[in-house]
Amino acid sequence: MTTTTATEPAVLRALLDRVRAGREFGANVYSTLDVLQVLYDRVLRITPATLDDPDRDRFLLSKGHAVAGYYALLAAKGFIPVAWLDDQGGPESRLGDHPDRLLVPGVEIGSGSLGHGLGLGVGTALGLRAQGRTGPRVYVLLGDAELDEGSNHEAIAYAGATGLGNLTAIVLDNRSASHGWPGGAASRFTVNGWTAATVDGRDHEALHTALTGHHHHRPHVVVAVVTDGE
Amino acid sequence: MSMRDVFVTTAEEVLADPRTTVVLADISAAAFAPAAARYPGRVVNVGIREQLMVGVAGGLALTGQRPIVHSYAPFLVERAYEQIKLDLDHQGVGAVLASVGASYDRAAAGRTHLAPADVALIDTLRDWTVYVPGHPDEVPGLLRDAVCGEGSAYLRLSTQTNARAYPGSGDLRVLRNAGPGAPLLVAVGPVLDTALAAVADRPVTVAWTHRPRPFDTAGLRALAGTEVILVEPYLAGTSARVVGAALADRPHRLLSLGVGRSELRRYGTPEDHDRWHGLDAAGLRRSVDAFLTPARAAA
Repeated sequence: MTTTTATEPAVLRALLDRVRAGREFGANVYSTLDVLQVLYDRVLRITPATLDDPDRDRFLLSKGHAVAGYYALLAAKGFIPVAWLDDQGGPESRLGDHPDRLLVPGVEIGSGSLGHGLGLGVGTALGLRAQGRTGPRVYVLLGDAELDEGSNHEAIAYAGATGLGNLTAIVLDNRSASHGWPGGAASRFTVNGWTAATVDGRDHEALHTALTGHHHHRPHVVVAVVTDGE
Repeated sequence: MSMRDVFVTTAEEVLADPRTTVVLADISAAAFAPAAARYPGRVVNVGIREQLMVGVAGGLALTGQRPIVHSYAPFLVERAYEQIKLDLDHQGVGAVLASVGASYDRAAAGRTHLAPADVALIDTLRDWTVYVPGHPDEVPGLLRDAVCGEGSAYLRLSTQTNARAYPGSGDLRVLRNAGPGAPLLVAVGPVLDTALAAVADRPVTVAWTHRPRPFDTAGLRALAGTEVILVEPYLAGTSARVVGAALADRPHRLLSLGVGRSELRRYGTPEDHDRWHGLDAAGLRRSVDAFLTPARAAA
């Protein structure tokens, strides 16, 4: 179900520039923008009005360093005031280099140390299930290098073995893992019983199809490949 | 029944509240099998995955569940410490952590299964309640208090026990009063009987608690004279900072007894380790006597 209108790329770029404030951003910031846009425009059932609704979808940004685009999107969607973007990281700012859920409306988890989001996502999915909430879905965004952390593999194996069908992992694959993932990142999930789709991380239609292509009895992973360096 | 048995029984009763979920990493999974059958989806065994166990607890708490997380002390507290710090505290959510395998309960298992630093590690975090019961009969009340609370709590179960239970909230309880100004010995949890025996014929007041955090500092200030002796069943000195802060405005001397830092590389029994760490009655008496005997003037 689409709950919000599409974000104008130019508007998003302008918001991102306000966060950037003349600094150089790495590839990880830009490579995440498209998937965030598709999620917030077309997939997630979350609005500023339903922040505390127990039946909202959950979006957990596990790769907390990809925060600039995230803040820009939260501002575009009205979760946070646009003015907050101007002094990101300042002494009075609520917007750190990694997001803090206690400081930023719409942020579901505080992240930064890699390898924490998927475990929290599994617990969130289990909590929703224990409460009989079959509507909401839990989305966790990770990076391909973040998959190096062993904690992810604890979560991948468990979620697959127990058929945690209300969980979607998104791996933003910008080929930044030092030792790579021969055979593709998706294979680490599918061998454990997940469904998987590997798509062009720039292609909004392909991302949308992949992000909504889950079954309800198995966890789903979308590997969004972004190799053009931006 | 052991503390562990009582914990499992009480946890199953607590599970009647649909807000609760037990999270395991294989340890005690068999004992929880009846509860798992009775409350499907609310007894979660993630396998031998302690990082996930605590991460799952954080996620559950984010949805409003009250997690009870259980494993061996070293695996629960030490292996997954960053998850405790970030997936619970940093997210602003709480859980109840309940460990077995206190200090050297599994002495013959060796260093990998010893965790005398668990309370010290939890003590690096803010606003945790720590319960160290001295008898199985204290466990049900403490677990219920912990689950009913909002914040995080650590319940440290041991095979070492006192002969009788002392239920209560955790304020210091005077078991032996040697009169005003007498040295005060504060025993925590299962070391009480040994401490009482150690100073049976010494003019020492003995007080006890099974809740070292938050420490009953008001009670301490009311009872303490100049000499204070701490006897804790985990790392020596764990509560020294709390006592020091509580008595900062008074001249006092503090002796902190507990498990030593050195790795002994010896097996044996918990009683052997008590002796090697000076936590048997004779060892405690030696330390207390040395502390209370005025230093002789140099010859």
